[in-house]
Amino acid sequence: MHPTIARLISAGPVATDGAWGTQLQQLGLPVGACPDAWNITQPEMVEQVARAYVEAGSRVILTNTFGANRFLLARHGLDGQAAEINRAGVENSLRAASGKAAVFASIGPSGVMLMMGQISEDELKAAFAEQARAIAEAGADGIVIETMSDPAEAALAVAAARETGLPVVACMTFDSGADRDRTMTGATPEQAAEALSAAGADAIGSNCGHGIADMIDVCRRLHAATDRPIWIKANAGLPEIVDGETVYRQTPAEFASYVPQLVEAGASFIGGCCGTTPEFIRAVAKAINK
Amino acid sequence: MSDYKELYDAILTGNAKKAEEVTKAAIEAKADPTELVKKYMVPAMDEVGKRFECNEYFVPELLIAARAMKTSLEILTPLLAEAGAEPVGRVVIGTVQGDLHDIGKNLVASMLEGGGFQVIDLGVDVPPEKFVEVVKEKDGTILALSALLTTTMTMMKNVIEALEKAGVRKNTRVMIGGAPITQQYADEIGADGYSDNANAAVAMARKLA
Repeated sequence: MHPTIARLISAGPVATDGAWGTQLQQLGLPVGACPDAWNITQPEMVEQVARAYVEAGSRVILTNTFGANRFLLARHGLDGQAAEINRAGVENSLRAASGKAAVFASIGPSGVMLMMGQISEDELKAAFAEQARAIAEAGADGIVIETMSDPAEAALAVAAARETGLPVVACMTFDSGADRDRTMTGATPEQAAEALSAAGADAIGSNCGHGIADMIDVCRRLHAATDRPIWIKANAGLPEIVDGETVYRQTPAEFASYVPQLVEAGASFIGGCCGTTPEFIRAVAKAINK
Repeated sequence: MSDYKELYDAILTGNAKKAEEVTKAAIEAKADPTELVKKYMVPAMDEVGKRFECNEYFVPELLIAARAMKTSLEILTPLLAEAGAEPVGRVVIGTVQGDLHDIGKNLVASMLEGGGFQVIDLGVDVPPEKFVEVVKEKDGTILALSALLTTTMTMMKNVIEALEKAGVRKNTRVMIGGAPITQQYADEIGADGYSDNANAAVAMARKLA
């Protein structure tokens, strides 16, 4: 086990953080704007989101770099600034953590699809490597590859991230199929665990999807299929639209009521994805420490 | 007409190269292009859809099958036009303004092309006026709107309002999709159809065409 991971979970499961995008929007990030650009243009706002999670009890916080790869940044004309944006993202989270939480930098999907022949494996790996190098240079404690749906793309990202020597967490989103236990490309938790373990991920997991109740079974199956620690970040259910506003109906207490089951199913890192807030993390941390 | 089950199999298994070969050979042998489409190609895509519904096929299999179908259709289209056959329908597709996500939209566009629709893809971040402008060109157009974000999905309502304002809402069928979209939301904004995956989107477009 990577020593950083071993140290973090030596006393049992720990709380990670919650959603970033929705929190940034509450602080004024306009719809359609590039969230990752705020690392440079509004660093104090980004730091504020990160600090709220540290104060809520996160032992690991992520960074505002989910979409900071050259392909997604190109849509905003920022592809030349990938390294700079990633470095700033890590620095913002490190300042907020101030030693109280580990900073694992987020790497999301590239937004281009290997299977559509839009890109070669080499080009894709180079883009992930560019992001991972900048993250490592800025002093992050680890890397989280998340919301992946194609095991081939996830494995390339893991390989690129491993070159930094940092611990690498790799998570996929299981939201497809009749039982909602497949990724969009059809991978089962067992197939994902095998592919990501073989690629050398130090922890394996699942994030996003249809809510925390669905995660119990996915967590159990991942845990049975790999010897790596399991990382789970669930959504606050599915959003509903009420009078034109997006509302997540699940409360922090409801969300946290699933924590004992997740721990029982083998989760070592527990946090939230879309729709969760620092209040959710406070409830999760409390449930873990009970 | 001789048996072109090979064409059916090529599309079902997503073998574009084989589909191209068999289609060209069939044309050489003076096969009826309309028959090829009806008897082999459409049933193959129907079977692909069934396998997707039963979780035997997933998005990658859908994509390669649609690509094989499109390869054959491109060869046959000039012949079909000569024979007076029309596309199943005209679809204008795009991701709404403020939203830059295109994976879901691209999947649906590929599947619709595979389903024999004429597809006009306006890309991402498409302003309502742009949708109206292209929809207006032909009555009976299907407008397919995509959004990934809960914050941009509300733009779909603006597009429908823009269609109404331009007086083309009645002659347009609007279908919507994307991660945060639900049937309830489609009803709320007065869309004509909703589907939660690329395969079902083709069935919905057929219903609306």
